[in-house]
Amino acid sequence: MAELNAKVLVIGGGPGGYVTAIRAGQLGLDTVVVDMGPVGGTCLNVGCIPSKALIEAAGAFHAASEDSRAVSPFGLSVEKPALDFRKTMEWKEGIVGRLTGGVASLLKRHKVRTIHGKATMRDGKTAVVETDTETVTIHAEHVVIAAGSVPVELPGLPFGGKVISSTGALALREVPKALAVVGAGYIGLELGMAYARLGSKVTVIEAIDRVLPGYDAELTRPLAKSLADLGVEVLLGARANGLGEDGDLVVTLTDGSARAIAAQKVLVAVGRRPRTDGWGLEGLDLAMTGPFVRIDERCATSMRNVWAVGDITGEPMLAHRAMAQGEMVAEIIAGARRSFEPLAIPAICFTSPEIVSVGVSPDAARDAGYEIITAHFPFAANGRALTRGSDEGMVRVVARADNHLVLGMAAVGHEVSELAGAFAMAIEMGARLEDLAAIIQAHPTQAEAIREVAARALGHPVHI
Amino acid sequence: MGEYLIRVPDAGEGIAEVELVEWHVKPGDPVQEDMILAAVMTDKATVEIPSPVSGTVKWLGGDIGDMLAVGADLARLEVVGAGNVAEAKSAADESPVAEPAPEVEPPAAPARAAGEEKKPAPPPPPTRPMPRAGEGPAPRSAGGLPRPLGEKPLAAPSVRRRASDAGIDLRRVRGTGPAGRIGHEDLDAYIRGAEETQPPGSRAPNTQVEEIRVIGLRRRIAERMAEAKRRVPHFSYVEEVDVTALEDLRAALNAGDAGRPRLTLLPFLVQAIVRAVADFPGINAQYDDEGDVIRRYGAVHAGIATQTPGGLTVPVVRHAEALDLWEIAAEIRRLADAARDGTATREELSGSTITITSLGPLGGIVSTPVINRPEVAIVGVNKIAIRPVWQNGGFVPRKIMNLSSSFDHRVVDGFDAASFIQKIRGYLETPATLFMEQ
Repeated sequence: MAELNAKVLVIGGGPGGYVTAIRAGQLGLDTVVVDMGPVGGTCLNVGCIPSKALIEAAGAFHAASEDSRAVSPFGLSVEKPALDFRKTMEWKEGIVGRLTGGVASLLKRHKVRTIHGKATMRDGKTAVVETDTETVTIHAEHVVIAAGSVPVELPGLPFGGKVISSTGALALREVPKALAVVGAGYIGLELGMAYARLGSKVTVIEAIDRVLPGYDAELTRPLAKSLADLGVEVLLGARANGLGEDGDLVVTLTDGSARAIAAQKVLVAVGRRPRTDGWGLEGLDLAMTGPFVRIDERCATSMRNVWAVGDITGEPMLAHRAMAQGEMVAEIIAGARRSFEPLAIPAICFTSPEIVSVGVSPDAARDAGYEIITAHFPFAANGRALTRGSDEGMVRVVARADNHLVLGMAAVGHEVSELAGAFAMAIEMGARLEDLAAIIQAHPTQAEAIREVAARALGHPVHI
Repeated sequence: MGEYLIRVPDAGEGIAEVELVEWHVKPGDPVQEDMILAAVMTDKATVEIPSPVSGTVKWLGGDIGDMLAVGADLARLEVVGAGNVAEAKSAADESPVAEPAPEVEPPAAPARAAGEEKKPAPPPPPTRPMPRAGEGPAPRSAGGLPRPLGEKPLAAPSVRRRASDAGIDLRRVRGTGPAGRIGHEDLDAYIRGAEETQPPGSRAPNTQVEEIRVIGLRRRIAERMAEAKRRVPHFSYVEEVDVTALEDLRAALNAGDAGRPRLTLLPFLVQAIVRAVADFPGINAQYDDEGDVIRRYGAVHAGIATQTPGGLTVPVVRHAEALDLWEIAAEIRRLADAARDGTATREELSGSTITITSLGPLGGIVSTPVINRPEVAIVGVNKIAIRPVWQNGGFVPRKIMNLSSSFDHRVVDGFDAASFIQKIRGYLETPATLFMEQ
């Protein structure tokens, strides 16, 4: 049995784990990262990246299809397009491969040892890793747990056969004629809309009375309209019970009646849970917060020199949070004083239209005891949005009434995800409405809406 | 490799739980057999817990200040061989670790509830009325706090990072930017200010708050004092004692035999009490107010309140009735030294039947001592001062000392208390009576 010693052992090679490892390597710490699969975790392999590739392809195909059906507003007419879905998937795999390969070489460049195998923690300093060829015992001074999360399974709809998770939905061989999506959170809607645009007949089943429960109604309203335009049927207040004998998905509707939905695939996207099994958590005796490993503001767990980052530590389960935590933990291990206290963690929903939210919503700000002012600026009054053929959506700002400090920014509209950077910067830099209203934005861009919405909150908008 | 479980040992005297006051090891440390792992404190004394085996510390059963039940898991070691965990497991389940004392979170870092992280935490709500909308930040004044209490400091990430590296708490830094934002120049100014000495005459508010966990001896003192004041209706009685003759005698005795310990006033007072309680047995007693029993003791175990670096302790001169003046003096000195260097045993720190408290030259004019429950009386010694006393038609300088005593009014009546103190006064004013056969 091989023995290995390291300063830092990272369990999991996803965004939390590989960033921890790279940063630790940069800081000269002898680091080992262990992952069962290729590095990159859920995000690179079966999450953020492949789903965005699929959404991009679906958008292009959909636009061409629309243009073939009727002459476009600007007079373009095309033949009915065809999509070689196998090629789409190959292209997606190519992107994933480039990125995971890039991560692997970055790890190598920073002298991080990567071990592919199944790690089991023996205690707070020791892990046993089963690789394809041998068993390796790793002793480390510090352990960083970045075990991530897995899709939640519904008892009536276990994964397998036609019931697929998001991972399965990103690896289909062909576009299903009909797709049922259980769960109208961001994962279900992103993938459901992508397949709808690729030509699937999509039905979304959501247990509560609205889509995207994580975002406020003001932001999701344009999305509901867009789903209807796409022909996606959304069953709200409905419960998916399981598959009938004929393989149809049996759903109980709000009024109590049952309905069978014929679908080649049933995507269950009802959330993700921390991966708390399979790596020896039970041997560590860590304090938990609900299903998550409990951490403090330094990402320290209840055991000394055992750290945890990313989805295993709680909401929001987002790659960029994990990366920021991982970078910080590596620096703490190297001796720096750090704590994880961001003012805002951006959240984006890559549906069409896209939704982006940074900081707090108006209701959350009021709940926190603030007197606020809030304003909207519609893209219907933005020149660039009109030239892109998309006038739906708006930008919203929430600021303190007393000193105009910006507390939250959000937008819904065509490709507004790229505004997340400006929003986060405004909040983290401590911008006031006066700052946003005074920064010259290039014309014509959608970012002009940032200046306009701040001016509107201050009572002097120019373009509305 | 096996796991060896070490439990909190029984410290005797029916003690059910102990307080963890010190860890000598941390997880990962190698330990040898008989190496001290931890110190725990009972009501009376600190007990060090040695490791029965050699191994590596894997897990510690609590934080400093936690109360641990006797028999609870204290630590787990990784040992060569089988360990003892398999057989220990079920027993450990039966006696779980006592509920740890609630930890007081510092206000600076409020605990985040589960799932609260979902939303980026907003700065805490304003705690004082805010100026009119659009008015902007209040002008920076020379004094006052950097921002309303509880409000999160506003600073760009690079400023936060720099402050963190420099170990600066941004809550203490004044921000001169819009909305009170702290810029790099504010941080520079703060660092400069910390380096330079304050110019004379300038007064800055000191917003520093140091949090000290009340643990160990201090917690014990706090509990016992609060309990004594809560349960015992105290009354105090103060009388002045002319100690001129006693002081003359003491000086003469100290000037005599150099081989004997130097006498302070305390041994004389102990002797006086020994004699006085013979007439007032109800005062040399313990009142068990839960069992409704008063125990009057033939022995006089005199507690001597002693200041130690850790706080107040009360070592006990046992069987003072069987000791002579010099033996008492020697015993008081020995116990005080033991209490101060922490080597006093539990037996030496418990079982007193009456307590004496003296601050020596700091004794003041009057004090209101707190009874050392379950005793019923405590006698406090105030300072000696030369005062004019009217005697035989003229003022004469006399050495006068007050005795401030407190009694448990549930079981000691004012008349008896006063009579008891008058008896002591008689012995001290005419010290020859202390040496008469009774």
